[in-house]
Amino acid sequence: MKASDAKIEAIRFSFYYGKRQALKDVNLKVKEHQITALIGPSGCGKSTFLRALNRMNDIIPGARAEGEVMLDGQNVYAPGVDVVDLRKRVGMVFQQPNPFPKTIFENVAFGPRVLGLDGELSMDEVVEKSLRSAALWDEVNDVLNKSGLALSGGQQQRLCIARALATEPEVLLMDEPCSALDPQSTLRIEELMRELKERYTIVIVTHNMQQAARVSDWTGFLLLGDLVEYDKTAELFSRPKDKRTDDYITGRFG
Amino acid sequence: MPRISPKVTQRLALAGIWGTGIVTVLILLVIILYVLIRGAGDIDWSFLSTAPRGGTSGLGGVSTVIMCTLYLIGLTMAISVPLGLGAAVYLSEYAPDNRMTRLIRYGTEVLAGVPSIVFGLFGFALFVTALHFNFSILSGALTLACLLLPTLIRTSEEALRAVPRSHREAALALGATKWQTVWRVLLPAALPGIVTAVILSIGRAIGETACLFVTMGGSTALPTSLFSGGRTLSMHLLYLVMDTNAFGKALATGVVLIVTIMVINAITNWLSQRFRARMTGGA
Repeated sequence: MKASDAKIEAIRFSFYYGKRQALKDVNLKVKEHQITALIGPSGCGKSTFLRALNRMNDIIPGARAEGEVMLDGQNVYAPGVDVVDLRKRVGMVFQQPNPFPKTIFENVAFGPRVLGLDGELSMDEVVEKSLRSAALWDEVNDVLNKSGLALSGGQQQRLCIARALATEPEVLLMDEPCSALDPQSTLRIEELMRELKERYTIVIVTHNMQQAARVSDWTGFLLLGDLVEYDKTAELFSRPKDKRTDDYITGRFG
Repeated sequence: MPRISPKVTQRLALAGIWGTGIVTVLILLVIILYVLIRGAGDIDWSFLSTAPRGGTSGLGGVSTVIMCTLYLIGLTMAISVPLGLGAAVYLSEYAPDNRMTRLIRYGTEVLAGVPSIVFGLFGFALFVTALHFNFSILSGALTLACLLLPTLIRTSEEALRAVPRSHREAALALGATKWQTVWRVLLPAALPGIVTAVILSIGRAIGETACLFVTMGGSTALPTSLFSGGRTLSMHLLYLVMDTNAFGKALATGVVLIVTIMVINAITNWLSQRFRARMTGGA
């Protein structure tokens, strides 16, 4: 498979928490330098799918994956895959802004430091570059030694984006990144996502269908662990092919 | 029965809470003031700088006793804090939740409630007798470490568990290994709770007498090695009260004891705050 075709491809991917099956035979291609949104009601498996892409679900006892997730044609669940290396290439931003109780500078420098890059890279440059990419530099460049927790919620989330960008990932996973933010901060992050897709491939899970419609190029609708429909965003929202998708996006359930 | 209005119950509750608070503080103040006022008169430079005469004379000062106390506390903490933290990290981050670990946890809880003299007997049998460490600072410190470990482990484990899961996830998602997550994120975040545990442990160690009598002896000489015997301030205080007529010196020793605890706590707090400010940017 060519890398240009799909950055990430899930092939017959299933996921279990103990006996409960959270994802059923999902097949999905994430295109490079595009924003792919995953929507669906609570418990549909969209976050599970997202967290499967950088194997964050590995830390849950009893969790088990079947099938394949190809990143540039390499199965990330193959034996011998180094999760540290995987997570360097696939960064993640969480639902609640979760900066460490450290300075703004140390929050951003954390990733490069744990990867042992602080010898070869200038941390000052990495921090500035990452904060600029996350559109936060102008607001914090004179308070880099202040705690990351002293920032507002929207700033904290952009700090978390900067922290994820500092390791120069290829893919950015965002798990409902705006659900804890006010509308203005939300717009700010959406703007940022559009800028970031020039350089990164973005997968976002969102509860908010307007958000999916506003920012994404592709949208997948999940229901009870099934990928019901996956299409160009404009297509899926204007001419859904499946009745269940239609019901969901017109607000009849969910 | 007529219903009492919420305003009245509110006032009553407030009065009750204030009352108990004031009584508690007063009792503490009376004890400390009594010791300070009665004991301070006997403190002068010669009291602090000469060794006790020993025996039943009650003569001399507390110089060697202060040094011995500091040695013992230093050694005890050097042994128990790394061990306790290691066990706490294991229990909260690495141990699977199974019968074995539940048994370990139950064991630490039981041990935390065992009277110190029982630890003293254990220390006497193992360190003093079987391992031939004799009456020594080493025997005393090892015994105290056994005594303090259960509480240190449980309190540090709670502090580590209280660190939000989101910090762990954030670190792992950035490519940190489990150990890096523990070392760079969890331990700094749990530090205030751990420091509290350490301070409480130091207080308890300084106050112990019985379990040290049977492991350190009670020599008044200045300890010259780990295998020297010795006596701590609390032990000396007990000697003075029980074996001599020097009640004033006993009170003076009490003052030195209180001040020593306050100084050690202040230093520990200051160190941890400096560390935290550097790590966290002060929030």
